Amino acid sequence: MTDTIICTVCPLGCSLIVEHKNKTIQSISGNRCKRGIAYGEQEILDPKRVVTTTVKIDGGIIPMLSVKTSAPVERGKMTEIVRSASQMRLHAPVEIGTVIEKNICSSGADLIATRNVAKISDSAC
Amino acid sequence: MNNNINVAIIGGGPAGLAAACTLYEQGICDVHIFEREHVLGGVLFQCIHNGFGIHHFKEELTGPEYAERYIQKVNKTDTFVHTDTAVIDLYRENEALTLVLLGSKEGLQVFTARAVILAMGCRERNRGNINIPGSRPAGIMTAGFAQRMVNLEGYLPGKEIIILGSGDIGLIMARRLSLEGVNVQGVVEIQPFPGGLTRNIVQCLNDFHIPLYLSHTISNIFGKQRIDSVEITAIDNQLEPDTKNRFTLPCDTLLLSVGLVPENELSVKAGVILDEATRGPVVDANCMTTVPGIFACGNVLHVHDIVDYVSEEAARAARTAAQFVNKSLTDKDGIRMLAGNLVRYMLPTKVYTGKPTIVSLRPITPVEDIVLYAKRNGEIVYKKKYQKILPSSMIQFELPALSGIEPVEVFFAGEET
Repeated sequence: MTDTIICTVCPLGCSLIVEHKNKTIQSISGNRCKRGIAYGEQEILDPKRVVTTTVKIDGGIIPMLSVKTSAPVERGKMTEIVRSASQMRLHAPVEIGTVIEKNICSSGADLIATRNVAKISDSAC
Repeated sequence: MNNNINVAIIGGGPAGLAAACTLYEQGICDVHIFEREHVLGGVLFQCIHNGFGIHHFKEELTGPEYAERYIQKVNKTDTFVHTDTAVIDLYRENEALTLVLLGSKEGLQVFTARAVILAMGCRERNRGNINIPGSRPAGIMTAGFAQRMVNLEGYLPGKEIIILGSGDIGLIMARRLSLEGVNVQGVVEIQPFPGGLTRNIVQCLNDFHIPLYLSHTISNIFGKQRIDSVEITAIDNQLEPDTKNRFTLPCDTLLLSVGLVPENELSVKAGVILDEATRGPVVDANCMTTVPGIFACGNVLHVHDIVDYVSEEAARAARTAAQFVNKSLTDKDGIRMLAGNLVRYMLPTKVYTGKPTIVSLRPITPVEDIVLYAKRNGEIVYKKKYQKILPSSMIQFELPALSGIEPVEVFFAGEET
């Protein structure tokens, strides 16, 4: 199988042509530096992304809490993680860095808060 | 309360926060931030994606995390923070800078400051700025407004979306909405190259198989109460529509990601002269505008692509504002900076003798294998090779300290032999 992917290691954005079969890389071309080979391998064999989304929060200064996975996760799990987060409901206050769910969707990463949400009464004007 | 203050920072986003931190480090007291929203942090809290802080903090943070770090830092200073407070007028009268404020808690107030740092950021271009023909139904909004709806307020703007413009906010929203189960029909870009960063093309469009229509634009909008479809037309290399090459796509929402404009209504009221290319204030190497004592930094000065550079620029502006307050800013007779071949804009417009200066610029168009030169009287004072330059990537370099008053020209050209 042949895939054409854009390398994101630097702003050059080389078009990499990756030939692969049964999860084995056969060749990578189109790269202008060595780092492109490593990127191409990773992207084809095991692409990973940090997932960021929001969770509903009651009694806070805003109704949504921004969250992220504590590490990059398998790209194929992104939608499942976002769907799972959309089912959750939290109560303010929440502090930045709080673990909302450990090992979310068996991804190996935790879902953590990326901001503080104070209780509405704490900062009522 | 004494309303005669040292420094007024207008805007509590990334630029204002970084400026406040630096003023504190420089020992300037009586610094006030005026922020019209309920919390500090500006646009960062709605930018929940990651990729912030790689230069400044050497780690990948989300927008809210980047904001929280600076807010925490500002909270440890003695900066006065006025939230829910808008600055509605700014003028200079007998050496004093006067600010008229409107706040939900404090009402109408007048402050005078020895120095003002403009940090109001920018706003999005809207349908009216780009004149798309067609009817005026509901469902047309800017990408940043949709981002606010989804990430801060918890609403989805629609179920079937088309995005006009491939700027970073539009790309980020394509991914965000796809992950929330919205059908993103495509991104339409008038230029033959994408407006956003390559990383965002890959991770926001390619990952979700969202088509990118380069050299296309939206030529008509259909719908009565709510938008129901758009007409997309190919554009030739003279940027003229190719009327034989058009198609219609159904949608219930159109997001516009068609550029940002520095928000300078207040600056103009104060008599600050704006640059035609950046739409931000004309500044010298000290980030000082044409009105003495008024400094500018961040997106109100020129639109940045990376927040880390906003923070750095704000720190530079705050350092010179501190010198101004201490009356130790004595630069006179500057060296003019001229933007040459392939440079869309460049700032500052004036540097001072004996001081190295950070110069920021953007190229007009993408070019590969090119050299950036700064030349003076035919002599090279700075030179750097680039494998690729892109309008979406701002370039910064440090111009070495110079003497004399002859102007410096900055331009791109092939390698000189």
